[in-house]
Amino acid sequence: MSVEAREARQPWILLSPALTAVGLLLFVPLMFIVVYSFWLRSAAGADQVGFFLDNWQEALSDAFYRDILLNTLKIAGITTIVCALMGYPSAYFIARSKGNKPVLLLLLMLPFWISYIIRTMSWINILGVSGALNSLLMTIGIINEPIQMLYNETTVILGLVHFLLPFMILNVFVSLDGIDTNLESAANSLGATKWQSFLQVTLPLSLPGLAAGGLLCFVLGAGTYITPMVLGGPRDAMFANLVYEAIITQLNWPLGSALSLMLLVVLGALVMLYNRYLGMAQLMKGLG
Amino acid sequence: MKKMDNTTRYERLRERYRNGDLDRRSFLGLIGAAGLAYGVQTPFAKYAMAQDVQQVRFDGWGGVVSEAFREHAFDPYTAETGIEVVDGTFSGGDEYLAQVRASQPGEFNIAHLSGVFDYARYHNFDLTTALNLDNIPNVELVIARLMEPYRAITPDALSAVPYDYGTTGLAYNRKYISDEEMREKGASILIDEAYKDKIGGWSDWRTRIWYGALQTGQDPNNIEDMEEVWDAIRQHRDLALKYWGSGAELMSLLAEEEIYVTEGWSGRIAALQEEGHDIGYYDPPNSFGWQECLFVIKGSPVEACEELLNFMLAPETSIAVAEGQNYPPALDGTKVDLGDKIPTLPAYDPSGTLESLTFADPEYWNGNEAEWSKTFGRVQRGY
Repeated sequence: MSVEAREARQPWILLSPALTAVGLLLFVPLMFIVVYSFWLRSAAGADQVGFFLDNWQEALSDAFYRDILLNTLKIAGITTIVCALMGYPSAYFIARSKGNKPVLLLLLMLPFWISYIIRTMSWINILGVSGALNSLLMTIGIINEPIQMLYNETTVILGLVHFLLPFMILNVFVSLDGIDTNLESAANSLGATKWQSFLQVTLPLSLPGLAAGGLLCFVLGAGTYITPMVLGGPRDAMFANLVYEAIITQLNWPLGSALSLMLLVVLGALVMLYNRYLGMAQLMKGLG
Repeated sequence: MKKMDNTTRYERLRERYRNGDLDRRSFLGLIGAAGLAYGVQTPFAKYAMAQDVQQVRFDGWGGVVSEAFREHAFDPYTAETGIEVVDGTFSGGDEYLAQVRASQPGEFNIAHLSGVFDYARYHNFDLTTALNLDNIPNVELVIARLMEPYRAITPDALSAVPYDYGTTGLAYNRKYISDEEMREKGASILIDEAYKDKIGGWSDWRTRIWYGALQTGQDPNNIEDMEEVWDAIRQHRDLALKYWGSGAELMSLLAEEEIYVTEGWSGRIAALQEEGHDIGYYDPPNSFGWQECLFVIKGSPVEACEELLNFMLAPETSIAVAEGQNYPPALDGTKVDLGDKIPTLPAYDPSGTLESLTFADPEYWNGNEAEWSKTFGRVQRGY
């Protein structure tokens, strides 16, 4: 075998474990879901094997699914904006801090050591009728009766921000940390104020990190179903809750498959758009 | 022509090799292929060799129930039979059925399932097996009426034995709602504007429809005006603060006074009362009665499962589990001394006839499941 041929094969040999894992654990199950989406749930409960377009027709034409999907995108969008507004200053502070950067990064990682469900449920103890916030407000005399703060769309967004904020901070931090601070000094020496040097130098250079964090927050937020279940009221649901209900409660795997693919296509399209204009390299840096 | 067995096939192969009719590479290649074929089929062949049973898997609701099972049934069973019991837990019957459907036969063996609905659903998915009740002598102690719904679904043989029963009645905080008010309003208290944002409800579509039927004065097992029921559910949805999804959430919402009234599981409310919370429990006329069973899933080692079921139905085990989970056991109080605590539990029927409870007609409810569960998903979201 020639050296060229061997060199051409080498990347594939090195990639083969990862490709096998992705193929078996992601691609093959995904194909099962695609096949399932064309089956039908019979009245008796068992699945009717065949090629039926009913599930797709229902998922694409029913206003119910469209409205919940739009609401999901709205909630994910608001969450992403809040994460960006809260995350950027925190990331800036960490990136510009001198000696205690490792400690701050460690603190940023701490929430990942606790289960996401536990973190979400902790808000019940904070915002509940007999929770910490109501108790504090009543103790200092600001209110006489506890305020009903839980189980609405605002608490769902709050729970999502709590879950996703570290992802945003990490991505922005990676971006800010890579910016040469001499650039800001140069801008200042040329007469720019600190605010101007931030707006015209630092912020534009850190936008790829902000976009990567935004994409992660949006995709993860749009795909969640735990937060609305724990912190939402009877009406609050995101699209993933409909998938959960179709598959787990109604045992309608074919419809659930069609719905999950629909969400996958919408979120996949966003990732493609991001990749088209910004590239995945920045996202990899943030995740790395 | 007589079919050749594998041993003969290998002997002939070896003879051809020794005679020089087959080169060494082909011989070893064929032996290797046979080995590979055996390796590939072995994971599936183990289910066919179920006679050599070393362990049985049991899935239940966890917590005190699992602890009672472990102490009073699983460990004595293992000591006597040498068969290990691996116990798993699930948080809901729907989620568990989804897991069972996705599994290989024999992977899941016995499950502590809810009511007759699940029995019918498992039967529809061809997951029932045939138990020999002669191998489960303790089944004689069970309330006869609890066996009837299962026999109606599988007349030839049962795939489960009843284990306990209870009700989903009305739970209320007595600091805010008196016993008199509760008796006067009954199920309609859940759509009383006076308690807006202090009302809860289980997110289960069956319970919502059952209570919708009670609120509109209809028979839950023969609803004539479904639109009226959906309207009652919408009314409840708009007044409710939260649909709870688990017993722990139900208890937390009531204990923390996030809600004052909801439907609740009798055992969980009894547990709250034991903890000292002033929570009342009331079964309105036609309150939702249900039973749980120990179900043997198709593909399981039946004889080993039958023996384990007999251990689990033994009075000392049943009573310990019942006292732990606060639901009366399926044992007939007229045949077995159930001790002091069980007769005080909500939903307990001392007559052994269960005439006072209304159970859901599985044929009626399962027949409407596909349509109603889907519609409920929409109504819940404001449609």
